[in-house]
Amino acid sequence: MTSMTISRDIRRGLRSIRQPAPPSLPAAVGQRLGLLEGYVEVAGPIGPLYVAFGKTGISLVGRAGDPGAFEEEFRAAFGRPISRLEAAPPRVKRAIDAYVWGRSPRRGPAPVDLAQLPEFERQVLLKTLEIPRGEVRPYAWVAAEIGRPRAVRAVGNALARNPIPFVIPCHRVVRSDGHIGLYGAGGPASKRAVLAAEGVDTSQLEQLPAAGVRFIGSDTTRIYCYPTCRHARRVTPQHRILLRSAEEARRAGHRPCRVCRPVEAPNRAA
Amino acid sequence: MDLAERLSKDLDGSFLELVSTHQDLVYGVALRVVGRPAEAEDVAQEAFVRAYRALSRYPAQRIAELKLRAWLARIALNQARNAVRARRPEVELDGAAESRATTGNEPVQLAERREEQRFWLELLEGLPPRYGQAVALRHVEGVSYAELAEALERPVGSVKSDVHRGVRLLRAAYERAEAEQAQLEAV
Repeated sequence: MTSMTISRDIRRGLRSIRQPAPPSLPAAVGQRLGLLEGYVEVAGPIGPLYVAFGKTGISLVGRAGDPGAFEEEFRAAFGRPISRLEAAPPRVKRAIDAYVWGRSPRRGPAPVDLAQLPEFERQVLLKTLEIPRGEVRPYAWVAAEIGRPRAVRAVGNALARNPIPFVIPCHRVVRSDGHIGLYGAGGPASKRAVLAAEGVDTSQLEQLPAAGVRFIGSDTTRIYCYPTCRHARRVTPQHRILLRSAEEARRAGHRPCRVCRPVEAPNRAA
Repeated sequence: MDLAERLSKDLDGSFLELVSTHQDLVYGVALRVVGRPAEAEDVAQEAFVRAYRALSRYPAQRIAELKLRAWLARIALNQARNAVRARRPEVELDGAAESRATTGNEPVQLAERREEQRFWLELLEGLPPRYGQAVALRHVEGVSYAELAEALERPVGSVKSDVHRGVRLLRAAYERAEAEQAQLEAV
């Protein structure tokens, strides 16, 4: 075999052919994969929604209607413009299917971009994501779960400012006393409508606490739950025990459900 | 944290960084095989889309251990070969004409550079494809022997021998061309 070295002029000549990729390549790839920022209009449980997303996930959701106002809201929150896209990229479609409609299983980390928010608000919103479709939890539950049991009112404020309603189900957080509570995306009537669309019996939701009932227990399992917990809903009427407080449940020999993890409601219901 | 690790933790958040880091490699590999810039761009796009889909199926551990350059070169190479295979026969006749097109009014330096590029492209294209591509990937695009071996799924030794064979053929062609040039000038 002849020498393996390659002469300088051949090396230089070959290098001269080299051409850089066209500058448009990353944007073209990003566009095709839906990794760029934009927003789309999609169907929602109580009317169409605008959904804005960036490469890390959904960043803003609003009721559709006025694109100018939505774009302005985005600019105010993120300090940059956003433009409308024709169709949602597959990963955003998947996220909406799984989180708004519960049609497909959730996979991987939550597809939401909460990087702009203060730590407390982020914790509140991520905790709220855990509440299953068709169920509700009190504000006090969220507060207790994130280790800030006294911050019930702050939890309420954080949820009222939820930038990603419908995807992060702030409508599934209600007051312990049966009031449906604040709702940023259209007020209490809308909140009731979203819950009803998810199959929650909203009249019962208000009647039970009005009658002083906070939890439901079972005299066979001796476990007590929030009324909408899937385990509570499985208890047959003849075994159902209505409980007014965690204290009463304890005295009756019940332990809290490990799935819905009920907490004692504070006196000043929030 | 290196790029592979970041990809394993946050694919959507770091994928475009992968594209901008390795776009010249992927585009270059595509261009060496398909010849035409517009087609190479399509191939490069498709290669990255496939890479993304593959990564979204891989477990995190596998992504973190990927040798990104070799892996991307392999995807680009396969994609480019598919594109060539899918061509209609009449399209083949165009050859790499587009990549050597010149524009009318350009500075002398640029024109000379184009002239040089054209000269070397023609030399490369005169080689049997197997050796021409091996030389181009190694010495135009700067793909290492180890990366080439992985991308081509062949032993390093066999890849090296293709490159060396290609370089010898290229040198012979180069010397012939120089000799012809000298003869022309002597006339």
